[in-house]
Amino acid sequence: MLANTNKRVVVIGNGMVGYKFCEKLIARENWAQRFTLTVFGEEPRVAYDRVHLSEYFSGKTADELALAPDTWYAEHGIQLHLSDPVVHIDRERKEVRSHHGLVVSYDYILLATGSGAFVPAIPGVEKEGVFVYRTIEDLEFIQSYASKARRGAVVGGGLLGLEAAKALLDLGLHEAHVVEFAPRLMPRQIDAAGSGTLQSQLEALGLTVHLNKNTQEIIGGDAIEGMRFADGSALDVDMLIISAGIRPRDELAKRAGLETHPRGGIVVNDHLQTSDPDIFAIGECALAHQMIYGLVAPGYEMAAVVVARLFGEEKKFKPFDMSTKLKLIGVDVASFGNPFAEGPDCRTVTYENKAKGIYKRINITADGKELLGGILVGDAEQYNGLLQTCKNKTILPPDPEDLILGLRGGEETAGAAGIMSLPDDALICSCEAITKAAICNEITNNGCTTIDQLKKSTKACTGCGGCTPLVKDLIQGVLKQQGLYVRNVLCEHFDYSRQELLDLVRINGLKTYGGVLNQFGKGDGCEVCKPAVASILASLWNENILEKDRATIQDSNDRFLANIQKGGTYSVVPRIPGGEITPDKLIVIGQVAKKYDLYTKITGGQRIDLFGAHLNDLPKIWEELIDAGFESGHAYGKALRTVKSCVGSTWCRYGVQDSVSFAVEVEERYKGIRSPHKLKSGVSGCIRECAEAQSKDFGIIATEKGWNLYVCGNGGSKPQHAQLLATDIDKETCIRLLDRFLMFYIKTADPLTRTATWLNKMEGGITYLKAVVVDDVLGIAAELEREMQTLIDNYACEWKEVVENPHLRKRFTHFINAPEQKDPAVQFEPLRTQKRAKEWK
Amino acid sequence: MESIVIEREEITWHLACHVADVPADGGACVLIEDRQIAIFNYARRGEWYATDNECPHRQQTALARGMIGSQGDEPKVACPFHKKTFSLKTGQCLTDAEYRIRTYPIRVEAGLVYIGL
Ligand code: SRM
Ligand SMILES: Cc1cc2nc3c(=O)[nH]c(=O)nc-3n(C[C@H](O)[C@H](O)[C@H](O)COP(=O)(O)OP(=O)(O)OC[C@H]3O[C@@H](n4cnc5c(N)ncnc54)[C@H](O)[C@@H]3O)c2cc1C
Ligand code: SF4
Ligand code: FES
Repeated sequence: MLANTNKRVVVIGNGMVGYKFCEKLIARENWAQRFTLTVFGEEPRVAYDRVHLSEYFSGKTADELALAPDTWYAEHGIQLHLSDPVVHIDRERKEVRSHHGLVVSYDYILLATGSGAFVPAIPGVEKEGVFVYRTIEDLEFIQSYASKARRGAVVGGGLLGLEAAKALLDLGLHEAHVVEFAPRLMPRQIDAAGSGTLQSQLEALGLTVHLNKNTQEIIGGDAIEGMRFADGSALDVDMLIISAGIRPRDELAKRAGLETHPRGGIVVNDHLQTSDPDIFAIGECALAHQMIYGLVAPGYEMAAVVVARLFGEEKKFKPFDMSTKLKLIGVDVASFGNPFAEGPDCRTVTYENKAKGIYKRINITADGKELLGGILVGDAEQYNGLLQTCKNKTILPPDPEDLILGLRGGEETAGAAGIMSLPDDALICSCEAITKAAICNEITNNGCTTIDQLKKSTKACTGCGGCTPLVKDLIQGVLKQQGLYVRNVLCEHFDYSRQELLDLVRINGLKTYGGVLNQFGKGDGCEVCKPAVASILASLWNENILEKDRATIQDSNDRFLANIQKGGTYSVVPRIPGGEITPDKLIVIGQVAKKYDLYTKITGGQRIDLFGAHLNDLPKIWEELIDAGFESGHAYGKALRTVKSCVGSTWCRYGVQDSVSFAVEVEERYKGIRSPHKLKSGVSGCIRECAEAQSKDFGIIATEKGWNLYVCGNGGSKPQHAQLLATDIDKETCIRLLDRFLMFYIKTADPLTRTATWLNKMEGGITYLKAVVVDDVLGIAAELEREMQTLIDNYACEWKEVVENPHLRKRFTHFINAPEQKDPAVQFEPLRTQKRAKEWK
Repeated sequence: MESIVIEREEITWHLACHVADVPADGGACVLIEDRQIAIFNYARRGEWYATDNECPHRQQTALARGMIGSQGDEPKVACPFHKKTFSLKTGQCLTDAEYRIRTYPIRVEAGLVYIGL
C-alpha cells in the first residue's frame, strides 16, 4: 500500500456552515485521494437546518431538519464524532484533543463553531423558565415548559426575537410579549416607519410589543415570575426567551492563541485564514471585513472559498450582501442593499398604506439612475426583483416609484421578460450562491426544465426557497428564448394544450371521451386528461355530463353531481339565484335536511349547503328539492357557482340600481355552463360594494348612469382584485360583453385556471382583453356571442335528468350487488346539535 | 424428467354482479363476505380488475368511484379523494411507494362477474 500522503482536515463544528464545507469538498472529484476529513460536533445531532428551526414546533422532526442523514458521513468516508467538542488545539504538535480525549493530528483546521445566544448579565437570568433559542435542545426545553405557561416574553425585537415570539403564540401561550431596548423593531434592518407598520401587523397576530424597554431584573423565586424595567414598570410572565443577539464561539480559538476581536469573533483575512494560515474560520464564528455575518448565505460562500483554496484555486471572500427577507409567518418583511441610505446623494421614495399594513421605501441615487436599497413591510412580493435591480445596478425606469407601486395601469406583467434582462452573474439563489448563468446552463445544456430537476442538479431553491419564483420564470424565459414554445400539453396521453384540443374537438364534432382519445390521444387516459376533456365537451355542447361514456371521465365531484367529503358522503347545494329565497323554499330545505339527517350550513356564497348525504340518498333528496322548484347549484362543477347580490335599490337607502334583480338574471343566464375552472360573480347596488363584486371572476357595480363591469378577480389563496372592463354601460351591453368575455375564457384558458390567473398570463393583460372583448379587434365577438347562446339554449338541470332517468339513477349506489345498503364505513360524530364527519387518521 | 409442482389453488369464486352493472372504463363496488371490493371494467382493453375498495391513504372506501387510466402501460385507478394512483395489476401505489392495495382474482363468464377470495 502507498504511504498515506493525504492532507488531514479537521472540521470543528457540525453546524450549517461546517456541513456545507463537507458537502462542497466531497463534491470535488478525487477529493478522497487528497484529503481525509474528520468532523467534531458538540451537539448530539448531525447538522440540521437552523434557519428553519422554528418548524420544529409545527411538527418537523429532527430527522426532517437534518441537512443530510447520519449515514451520509460514513458513506462518504467522513469520520464524524458527535457530542464531542474539541477542547484543545495544540498548534506546535498540530493536534486537536476532544472532550472525550480523542487526539487527532491535522494539516488544516476549519473552525466552524458558529455562535451562541448572547445573554446579557441581567440579575435573575439563571432562573428556571429563562431560555435561549438556538438549538433543537433549546426548543425541546421551551416546548415542555410552555405546556404549563400562560404568559411569555422575548427580550429582543430583532429577526430571531420576533420569530421566537411568534413561536410562543403557536405553542399556545395566551400572551406573548416582545421587549426591545431600541425605539424600534428590527433596528438593524428597518427604519422607524417600517417598524411602526410591522408593529401593528404583529399586534394583529396577537403579539404585544414594548419598545424603549431596558430589562433590569428578572423576578421570581426559583422560577421566573416577571420582569422589571429601568423605567420602573413591570411585566408578569411565566417564561422568557432571551434573543438579544449572538456571540461568536471564539473561546477555543482564543485559547489556542489565535487573534480574536475584543467584541468577539475569530479574525480572518480574505482567504478566511486566521492568524495561523493553516487554520481557517468560517460561518458565524468568523470576523471577516470587520463584521460577523449572522446569516447562512455568507457562511456558505465562505465554505466555497476555503474549498477552492484547498484545491489551490484563487478565490476571495468579498463583502457580502446582507439583504434579508424574514420568514415570519403572517407578515412579510424585507430589507436590501442600504436600507437607511440618506443625504444629498440620495432620494427616498416611500409608500405607506396604514389600512393594509404596508410600508415600502426605496433609496435611489440623486440622479434617479440607481437603486441603493430599501425596505418592504407587509408586502414583500417585489423583493426578488428589487434585490436584483439593486445588486446589478440596473438602470431604473423614468418613474422609479413604479418599482414599489407596480405598473398601475396593469399594462404589463413584469415576470419572465424582466428576469431575462438580468446579467449572467446575477445571483439568483443567494443561499447556494447560484448565478443566472449556472441555472440557464442547466436548463439549456442538461435539459433540467423543472424545479425538482434544478434542485437536484444545482441545489437552487433548497435553502430558504425564496428564489423559487425567480427560477420558475427563468425556466420559462430560457425555453422561450430557445424558440421552444413551452407547450402546455395536457398529459402523457395528449400532445395538445387545452385550447388546441378544444378547437380540434369542436371542428370534428366529437362528443365522447373515447372518440377524442382515439382520434387525438394515445394510451388509455388518466385522471388529468379525463376531466379536462370532460370540461371541453361540456363547454362545447352542454349535454348532460353523465351520458354516453362521459360519467367515468368526470372528476370525483362531477361524477356524482355532488361534492365528495371526508368519509365518503356528499353535499347537496341547491341553486338560490342571487341569494334570494322564499320562506316556502327555506322550509322545504329544512324538511329535506331533517328527513335525511343532513348537517346544514349557510355557505360563503349566499346559499345553503346540506352535508353528509349517503350516495344512495342523493337522487331521493334531489327529487324532493326539484319538486319544490329547486335546481342544481353546480357547487361540484367547474361552472358558475353563485352570483352574490346585495339588496340594492329595492330596500337600501344608498342603492342606485336594482342589484338583486340583475344578479338573479345573470345567475339564471349562465347557470350550468362549464368552464376551465369555477366562476363566481357578484352584483352590488352602489359603490359601497357590499356584494364584493371586485373579488369575483366577473363583478358588476351599479353607478348613477348604469353599471361598471369588472373582470378577473379572485378570492381564494391568492386574492386579486378584478379589473375594470367597461364603465357606465346598460344591462344589455353588460350581458353582451359578459357573453364574449366568458366564452373567450372558456375557449382559451388552461385546465383549472381561474380567470385571474388566465389574465395574469395573457400577453398584453387587461388592455388586450379589452381590445378583444370590447373593441372586437379579433373580429370574433359575434361568434363568441353565438356560441354562448347555444350553451344557454342547451341548459337543462342535470339533477332533474338523473332523477327522471332510471338508467342514470341506478349508478347512485354504494354496493352494486346490494343497492339498498349504505356504506358501513361512513361514520359521524355529534357536533353541537348537528353532526360532522368523523375525523380521519 | 422434471416434475412440475402445481400449487393448490384455494380460491373460492363468488358471484359479484352482472357485466352491465359496472360502467365501461369505470368501476363499481360490491360487498362480498363483508368485504368491500372494487371492480373495474377496463373496456378499452377488454380487461377486468378487482381491488380493495378502501384507499390506504385515509381509509376512505371509494376507490371504485375513481377514474381509471394508464401510466405508460400500467393500468391504474386514481382515488377520488387525493388522487393517489394505484396499479390495477399489482396494487402498488404509483404516486407514493408507501401505499399498496390488495388485488383479487376476477373472472367473467356468460355475462357474470366472479371474484376469487
Ligand atoms: C361550502 C363552501 C364553504 C362554506 O361553508 O361557506 C365551500 C366549500 C368548498 N370549497 Fe370553496 N366553498 C365556499 C366558498 C368559497 C369562497 C367564498 C365565495 O365564493 O364567496 C371562496 C373564495 C372566493 C373565490 O373562489 O374566488 C372559495 C374558494 C375555494 C377554492 C380556491 C379557489 C381559488 O381559485 O383559489 C377551492 C379549491 C378549488 O376550487 O380548486 C374551493 C373548494 C371548495 C370545496 C369544493 C372543496 C372540494 O372540492 O370538496 C368545498 C366543498 C364543500 C362541500 O362538500 O360542499 N373553494 N370557496 C362555500 C360554498 C359557496 C357556495 O355556495 O357555492
Ligand atoms: C431560530 C433561528 C433562525 C434563523 N433564521 C435565519 C434566516 O432566516 N436566514 C439566515 O440566513 N440565517 C438565519 N439564522 C442564522 C443561521 O442559522 C446561522 O447563520 C447559521 O446556522 C450559521 O452556521 P454556522 O455553521 O456558522 O453555525 P452553527 O449552525 O451554529 O453551527 C456551529 C456548530 O458548532 C458547534 N461547536 C461549537 N464549538 C464547538 C467545538 N469546540 N467543538 C465542536 N463543535 C463545536 C456548535 O454546537 C454548533 O453545532 C437563524 C438562526 C436561528 C437560531
Ligand atoms: S376553505 Fe378549505 S376547508 Fe374551508 S370549505 Fe373551503 S376548501 Fe374546505
Ligand atoms: S384517501 Fe385515497 S388518496 Fe387520500
